[in-house]
Amino acid sequence: MTAPIISVRGVSKRYNLGKIGMTTFREEIQETWNRWRGLPSTRKTARDFWALRDISFDVQPGEVIGMIGGNGAGKSTLLKIMSRITEPTTGEIELGGRIGSLLEVGTGFHPELSGRDNVFLNGSMLGMKKSEIRSKFDSIVEFAEVGKFIDTPVKRYSSGMYVRLAFAVAAFLEPEILIVDEVLAVGDAQFQRKCINRMQEISQDQGRTILFVSHSMPSISRLCQRCAVLESGKLLGVFPIDEAVELYSRRVKPTAYDVNVRENKREAASDGSVCRITRIRVLGDQGLRLNDPLELEFEIEAPEAVDKVMLGFGFDTVEGQRILTLDSDADGRNFSLAAGLNRVRLSLPALPLHPGRYYCSTALGLGRVYYDIVDSFALWEVLPRRDDWETGRRFGGCRLMPEISVA
Amino acid sequence: MSTPVPRVVLRSNQSWLQVDWRGIVQYSDLLVELVMRDFTAKYKQTLLGPMWSILSPLLTTLVFTLLFGRIIRVSPDGMPPLLFYLCSLLGWTYFANVLAATGTSLTGNARIFSKVYFPRLVPPLAVTISNLVGFSIQFLFFCCAYAYYKFFTDFGPHLTVGPWILLFPVLIIHMAMIGLGVGLIISALTAKYRDLVHVTSLVVQLWMYATPVIYPLSRIPEKWRWVSELNPMTAVVEALRQGFLNSGHVTPASYGVSLATSIAVLLVGILLYQRMARTFVDTV
Repeated sequence: MTAPIISVRGVSKRYNLGKIGMTTFREEIQETWNRWRGLPSTRKTARDFWALRDISFDVQPGEVIGMIGGNGAGKSTLLKIMSRITEPTTGEIELGGRIGSLLEVGTGFHPELSGRDNVFLNGSMLGMKKSEIRSKFDSIVEFAEVGKFIDTPVKRYSSGMYVRLAFAVAAFLEPEILIVDEVLAVGDAQFQRKCINRMQEISQDQGRTILFVSHSMPSISRLCQRCAVLESGKLLGVFPIDEAVELYSRRVKPTAYDVNVRENKREAASDGSVCRITRIRVLGDQGLRLNDPLELEFEIEAPEAVDKVMLGFGFDTVEGQRILTLDSDADGRNFSLAAGLNRVRLSLPALPLHPGRYYCSTALGLGRVYYDIVDSFALWEVLPRRDDWETGRRFGGCRLMPEISVA
Repeated sequence: MSTPVPRVVLRSNQSWLQVDWRGIVQYSDLLVELVMRDFTAKYKQTLLGPMWSILSPLLTTLVFTLLFGRIIRVSPDGMPPLLFYLCSLLGWTYFANVLAATGTSLTGNARIFSKVYFPRLVPPLAVTISNLVGFSIQFLFFCCAYAYYKFFTDFGPHLTVGPWILLFPVLIIHMAMIGLGVGLIISALTAKYRDLVHVTSLVVQLWMYATPVIYPLSRIPEKWRWVSELNPMTAVVEALRQGFLNSGHVTPASYGVSLATSIAVLLVGILLYQRMARTFVDTV
């Protein structure tokens, strides 16, 4: 057996919750002053939070290893440490090769620059040499299917073209170790398939090591031989893929029907500064049930009144497929928010989802602009109805009761 | 695998002195790309792009000429005020631009830094280089003004260059060093204390008045000159005026002190910045 190409040894990462966010110099002075005079600290008491605890595992060269875990299990923290974006608090990681990490597609894309310039910029940011990019340039353009638009500024690209070009650059990265984080969730199904194929090619034909993190069980099963399962910062183990998927679905518990999302991560572009969803709950004590009325209550905070806004809610299967979208502006209607706390209800006469678990996401926006996006904030369970005893049939995700009339 | 790759070990609390120099060399292509991006984004897209590099120092020069040359009457060592201020600003503007641009290296790149690793010193180095374009345009403009005074005015015969002109390339690097050094310190501090952002522009403004930009060093009483010479920018601006206008007070000793101070500032900047950059994304 050869030496492992990735060796993670006792890695832990601690975050200081009280100090998250940058402080100000004024606060620091105030703090020093208070300490001097023996006054109590004005600061929220710092609370340690271990995002990762004592993680150890090895990866052999040429292996494709998956990583699964629920929200907050520590997947992204581990990836960030492995990609050198931040440091572990204790422990160490030894890497036996160049590492290329893909935590996001199109990092550093500049809207004013042409597709061509962005390919070179993004490629060199990911660690490629200019000569390397030049020799792969035609393949990149072909893979991205942007053709004659390659010299157009990317701000004029459709979102599909943008994502395709961004992924294409990454797809031609050739480090010894490739780290990929859920980037496949973007783009249409056909393009996703193409990306998976490309990753298979990289691992099988070129013998490169891939670490692949995803919510999408089918893609993980298709690509990986082994899979690491993380749960609240601890590694349950590295298992053969079937065992891992089974363990994961057994261990991960559905979320309560009342979720506070105030502190959930947001992307910079929709950071919730115009208005922000802070809490989402299912009304009534029955939870979610197939064919029962669905009633959700949102608490939305807005620093100032918002004239027009729409509320969207989506259910994704655990495999990562969107199965139901409820957008309040489906027929062009928007509603408005008062300054301060708003309670908004979203309802449906009958929930058409087949019993099972679904990742829920929600967003506020107007047209194509998003004010707030809270992605996969919960894994909610849809319960079967007491009178719905038939489970042996094949169901899709959506089940509607049709009207029947015998002519 | 064809070539053996060095094994990398990632762990915490690496020494303060550790700077990823080899990484910077490996990512030299990224440096070039970032310089090109700055250049394209700034100059290609806007019609007035290159114009701004002339307009901003020109307008400042005109204001200085009117305000200090006509109204307050600071005598610029017997030089034509316009030329005197153009020359002073040639020494100041590039430094101030580099400082302002590198001062936001961490906060401005937070989004990229939290998604991909490359040596964190590359972006500030890139803006330091790309600001040379503005400097060159400004320099060309200064040369035109110089030629006009030399050949088309009565002042021509009095206008000579001094020996310090030979150091011009060194002076450019010197300005870049101070600007980058202070910029890196500021960017490390503002990463920790957001509110210091507001102080930066104030500091730059006050610094300009503390440097002999709008007045010659000779206006400061002899026994207080050493105070002004503690400021590393003083020797740079004076050396530049000595070189082009043959009127400035700079000695090898005062320049040496300034150079040593600048190197120290740059080193402190690099170390502080590297230290902060290592776990900066945890605090965003």
